[in-house]
Amino acid sequence: MRNTRLPPDLQAAWDEIEGYARGYGLDFFPISFEVLDYRTLYEVAAFGGFPTRYPHWRFGMDFDQMIKSHTYGLSIIYEMVINNNPSYAYLLEGNEMTTQKMVMAHVTGHVDFFKNNMWFSHTNRHMLDAMANHAVRVQKAIDRYGYEPVEDFIDVCLSLENLIDYHAPFILRPESQTNVPVVEQEDEEQTVALGLPVDKPYMRGYINPPSFLEDQRKKQEAERQQARNFPENPQKDVLLFLLNYAPLERWQHTILEIIRDEAYYFGPQAMTKTLNEGWASFWHSEIMTKKAARASEIVDFAEHHAGVVGTSPGRMNPYKLGIELLRDIEDRWNKGKFGKEWDECDDMETRRNWDKKLGLGRQKLFEVRRFHNDITFLDEFLTPEFVLDQKMFTFQYNRDTDLYEIASREFQQIKQKLLFRMTNFGQPFVCVQDGNYHNRGELYLKHRHEGIDLRLDYARDTLRSLHKIWTRPVHIETVLDEKKQLWSFDGRDYSERRID
Amino acid sequence: MADRVDRDLNRFRQIVRGRIKKDLRKYMSQGELIGRQGRRYVSIPLPQIDIPQFRFGQKQSGGVGQGDGDVGDPIGRGDGQPGQGEAGEESGGHAIEVDVSLEELAKILGEELQLPNIQPKGKQNIIAEKDKYSGIALVGPESLRHFKRSYREALKRQIASGEYNPDDPIIVPIKGDMRYRTWKTKLQPESNAVIIYSMDVSGSMGTEQKELVRITAFWIETWLRSQYKSIDIRYIVHDAAAKEVDQQTFYYIREGGGTKISSAYKLTLRMIEERYSPDEWNIYAFHFSDGDNWGGGDTRECVELLRGQLLPKLNLFAYGQVRSLYGSGRFAHDLEEYVGRAENLVISEIADRDDVYDTIKDFLGKGK
Repeated sequence: MRNTRLPPDLQAAWDEIEGYARGYGLDFFPISFEVLDYRTLYEVAAFGGFPTRYPHWRFGMDFDQMIKSHTYGLSIIYEMVINNNPSYAYLLEGNEMTTQKMVMAHVTGHVDFFKNNMWFSHTNRHMLDAMANHAVRVQKAIDRYGYEPVEDFIDVCLSLENLIDYHAPFILRPESQTNVPVVEQEDEEQTVALGLPVDKPYMRGYINPPSFLEDQRKKQEAERQQARNFPENPQKDVLLFLLNYAPLERWQHTILEIIRDEAYYFGPQAMTKTLNEGWASFWHSEIMTKKAARASEIVDFAEHHAGVVGTSPGRMNPYKLGIELLRDIEDRWNKGKFGKEWDECDDMETRRNWDKKLGLGRQKLFEVRRFHNDITFLDEFLTPEFVLDQKMFTFQYNRDTDLYEIASREFQQIKQKLLFRMTNFGQPFVCVQDGNYHNRGELYLKHRHEGIDLRLDYARDTLRSLHKIWTRPVHIETVLDEKKQLWSFDGRDYSERRID
Repeated sequence: MADRVDRDLNRFRQIVRGRIKKDLRKYMSQGELIGRQGRRYVSIPLPQIDIPQFRFGQKQSGGVGQGDGDVGDPIGRGDGQPGQGEAGEESGGHAIEVDVSLEELAKILGEELQLPNIQPKGKQNIIAEKDKYSGIALVGPESLRHFKRSYREALKRQIASGEYNPDDPIIVPIKGDMRYRTWKTKLQPESNAVIIYSMDVSGSMGTEQKELVRITAFWIETWLRSQYKSIDIRYIVHDAAAKEVDQQTFYYIREGGGTKISSAYKLTLRMIEERYSPDEWNIYAFHFSDGDNWGGGDTRECVELLRGQLLPKLNLFAYGQVRSLYGSGRFAHDLEEYVGRAENLVISEIADRDDVYDTIKDFLGKGK
């Protein structure tokens, strides 16, 4: 192993930047920097930032694609940091000093975010070790059962990896408890719908009219039915459901558990992409322009920064959106542009010159970084002024011209679309509806359709994966072209049929 | 660290190979690979190598962007054809492109079609001379001056003599510091091959027929390049008369008139006599036509040329008969009848793109 410790000049730069960052009140885990050549950096990047992962071809594929895109000059990774205590960050060897300093400042922002944002609070801070353990466990399975069976099974699990409940760590859902006995209580006393207690017999017909009694009876019936359902309520953590109830061998159980753990570990990063990158960019900008950059470095810095926050019409750059919105918040809370008085003021001139000199901006920013994820961040702080200022728009695909076209510049539409793209991280909501469908042990999933259809070809293959785990026929209820459909795979054939 | 990703990378390449192998017939019937050919790599589009998941189809969704423009202004191109495509049936999608070296592709081709390796013919493999810059000398021409070595010598000398000042690191080389590259001449056995393509370009050969030839030729070259160190390729077109052309012209030229196949065979023969002595070269001749030939004994002349002069000089003579609307397809039968027994002659018929696979197997399956 080569020596990847920081050379003295970088170490000096880091000492300086760490001082500034702490001075600003950033609170981060110890950060250990390593300088890597580009190949090694891309290796680490392909492994999701970790030096040790279980063997799987997709890391090789990612690496291949990244190296190619690097060779063609399409993309470049400057930095990589992992959520761990101590945190590890990697610098690209041969970058100019200005870039390295900017990256270091950026990293302090990320690590501060990892440590303090509440959505990360449940993540494993010793993931580096955990990942290494996972690798060992998978390797053991490989040694015992052979490479291909294990690889196939990992493929199957990865195909279902997004079917987790991203909010689960914060909510104790009854159905997520393991080993809930499914009891059939047939003997339970046949509760008869009695209606409300009545003192005077002649009042009975008024207090408990027949229609009311009928409703009561139906309600009770539904409740009993519900108790017999399996799972009792639709379950969003499909992976957990499979762990609990699918006929898995021990090693398969282990692997599915590993994939699920890792999915939950990476979940918050997907959940806070915009805020996290915005936060880190905010701080690299602040630290560099106000403290760390020398006069001779400022042009280089500006160029790199511009690259980081550059925009293109067809895509929102999360770095750009994040940093601009944070700056907007800081400005608004500095000037007191919030609260009832502000909301009710509709004189544009007054609004423009509004300044109560509160100076609460910084404090607000730290609060935002602690409590928000992308959705709540945008939901709460996106304003019509901001949207206008940033020239944001929504676009749609036009099938007649094969072009993406600007669809609207309306605030509500933009906000809705932005939030929608982020809800469940742009993943469809899928939950287990019935684990004993048709009373034949078939698995029935339901896609909560919210305007966008699933990709049919992918869904077919995913059903195939699901069937490999469940081993009985599997179904997913969804909507295609505004028609309710049930897609099924029974181990041999697919079928799609309309249901109404 | 390094070996871990290499492990996964190798596994990925292995999977890619498997995919290509599985779909080789499809890839071979498509001309698009040829367009993607770099110097040493072909980039192959692989649909859906990524992991399937329940995810959204893209097109309905749109998104949010940033910048100037009015409602209705286009901001980007979709990946489908305008007005086509069913909703929910995104084809293509996340296809990724994988670079496969030509060598690798040839290997896959060889394995899948079970092509035998070629034994270069003759004992007299050519010995080629090759200069290799491998040494360093104290004298030499300035054009071969080794800057780094010279610099290092000067630096060593100055440090040793105390002239070097780290704060003002100026290195001044003197004559004795200079180092020059020198070369050694090595003798290397080498086997050379030449491919001579001839094609009928008379009116009856249409664009699709030429495309078939182009695709077939691509795979022939892919395979032969993997078998020989260097390959010359010559192109002959003929209608009633034959002439040599460059590659571009070969595939796109269109002539009218009749067809006299013997003219091409004669030109092939002359080329061999002038430039490619059979003692030194492995010679491959491929001839493509739609099977029409001038009456009046031209076919007989061809047969005689082949039997008497061409075949003994060639490693392989392959005749590919491309089906066309107008061609009679007679020539293949005649060849089969009169020279079919010759062991270095192959005849194959290419009706459509799907046949490329089998034709290549016919052509190269003899291991010649």
